Amino acid sequence: MIEERFDAIVVGAGPSGNAAAYTMAKEGLKVLQLERGEYPGSKNVQGAILYADALEKIIPDFREDAPLERHVIEQRLWTMDNGSHVGMHYRSDDFNEERPNRYTIIRAQFDRWFSGKVREAGAVLLCETTVTELLRDTAGRVIGVRTDRGGGTAFADIVILGEGVNGLVGQRAGLRPELKPDTVALAVKEMHFLPRETIEARFNLKGNEGVVIEAMGTITDGMTGTGFLYTNQESISIGIGCIVSDFTESNRTPYGLLEAFKRHPSVQPLLEGSECKEYVAHLIPEGGYNAMPQLYGDGWIVVGDAGQFVNAVHREGSNLAMTTGRIAAETVVWLKRRREELSKGNLAEYQRRLEETFVMKDMKKYRKIPDFLHHNKHFFNLYPKLLSGAAQTWFRVDGVDKRTKEKQIFQSFRAGRKLTGLIGDAFKLARSWR
Amino acid sequence: MMNIGEAGGTAPVKVEERLFQNRYMVDAGRPHIRIRPHETPSKALLAMTRLCPAGCYSVNDRGQVEAVVDGCVECGTCRVVTAQTGELEWNYPRGGFGVLFKFG
Repeated sequence: MIEERFDAIVVGAGPSGNAAAYTMAKEGLKVLQLERGEYPGSKNVQGAILYADALEKIIPDFREDAPLERHVIEQRLWTMDNGSHVGMHYRSDDFNEERPNRYTIIRAQFDRWFSGKVREAGAVLLCETTVTELLRDTAGRVIGVRTDRGGGTAFADIVILGEGVNGLVGQRAGLRPELKPDTVALAVKEMHFLPRETIEARFNLKGNEGVVIEAMGTITDGMTGTGFLYTNQESISIGIGCIVSDFTESNRTPYGLLEAFKRHPSVQPLLEGSECKEYVAHLIPEGGYNAMPQLYGDGWIVVGDAGQFVNAVHREGSNLAMTTGRIAAETVVWLKRRREELSKGNLAEYQRRLEETFVMKDMKKYRKIPDFLHHNKHFFNLYPKLLSGAAQTWFRVDGVDKRTKEKQIFQSFRAGRKLTGLIGDAFKLARSWR
Repeated sequence: MMNIGEAGGTAPVKVEERLFQNRYMVDAGRPHIRIRPHETPSKALLAMTRLCPAGCYSVNDRGQVEAVVDGCVECGTCRVVTAQTGELEWNYPRGGFGVLFKFG
């Protein structure tokens, strides 16, 4: 396919692959990047929130021309039952800053922009090219890739795998195990278009201010999962996701769940009159630290979703993807400058560097959470109902005295989960969170 | 799109009307997912008739599961769910083919 030899081949043009390719190309390495989609972003799905810090460390002035939608000034966390939600909202004018911290983005547009920067930096990008396998030498060292472009091959000193959650190349090469249904979530999402002024009026916004809503509760029908709604300039991204093994045991369809979420009385007025222009689905690796595979080996490194770099509790993934891509690339550049081999032993430096960042610190902090949430469904079903019932008892003025209302609320919790259960859940949550 | 199907129930909501919004480059005659011939589908494969977000799977009158993957959104759920049973042969579409997300 391509006769010349590269310093590095990057598989995938999502946030992790682009971060890696950009960082290496900018440092003068010869980089080949392969993307199976027609254009970068055409196969990629995210909510999507961009975390500025991770991108700033790669492209400090990205705000000048990146396709950003709205900067987030308000975060709403909702626990929902069938007809209500109990919300915790945080809105601050401090988020109207010169260099905002979080933005909503549209991935197909953002990835194209990022890819433009990668090419400007000097990397060679080949789209419509699916990598089919890794090539190894007799010692088992990864030396290149085979693609579906007439079975063409390309060779490099290192292959960086930013192939996403569903990455077949690394898996089929035995670099990491198959995903397990209980450590991966299936999310579906729709893009709903509305006039800019309508969005701003409905969400109490002006200019490019934005709101994000994260929701949990009976919307997932007892499954471990969450819903979300993000405001873009002229559209709303709305989606819902649950752990795949929960889906297999339920009687719900993903799109039926999304439809019910959209029709929830707390959500429906926000979408009223909108036009849906796309329906997408994607897997999210939610197994956390305990599901992380080996991250490097002789001639290869894995970055982003393919390495399970997602903090499910905080809904962070793209920032971990960009950070792992950048650090993998910096490690490669550093080793090459020192004329060191890109061997498994030397590439351990990648993980050592990651350990010093928020990436590994957060992955470790929440290592017990995925398992905890998977085995404590009360948090998705019973507690949202109890919370909503309590709020309604408290706020409804109906001639019942307040002491009696307090008793009713307390009794509803005891009836729902017994005192030992309540204390046990609180204890287990605290222990997993620590 | 707000008027499709029922609200909170479990009765089917039509997925075809959603997929209609999407862009695809179908690789005619070369489906990227194939079901291995079977007499009786496993519980996992059968679950895909409900679980597939693009509604690609259905049961025929002999009780076997069939797939039409033209509307596939390439999430990989079916691959993960049937990894243990080995009933699917799953590959990405050839480069450039398959779903093309406008927004993602």
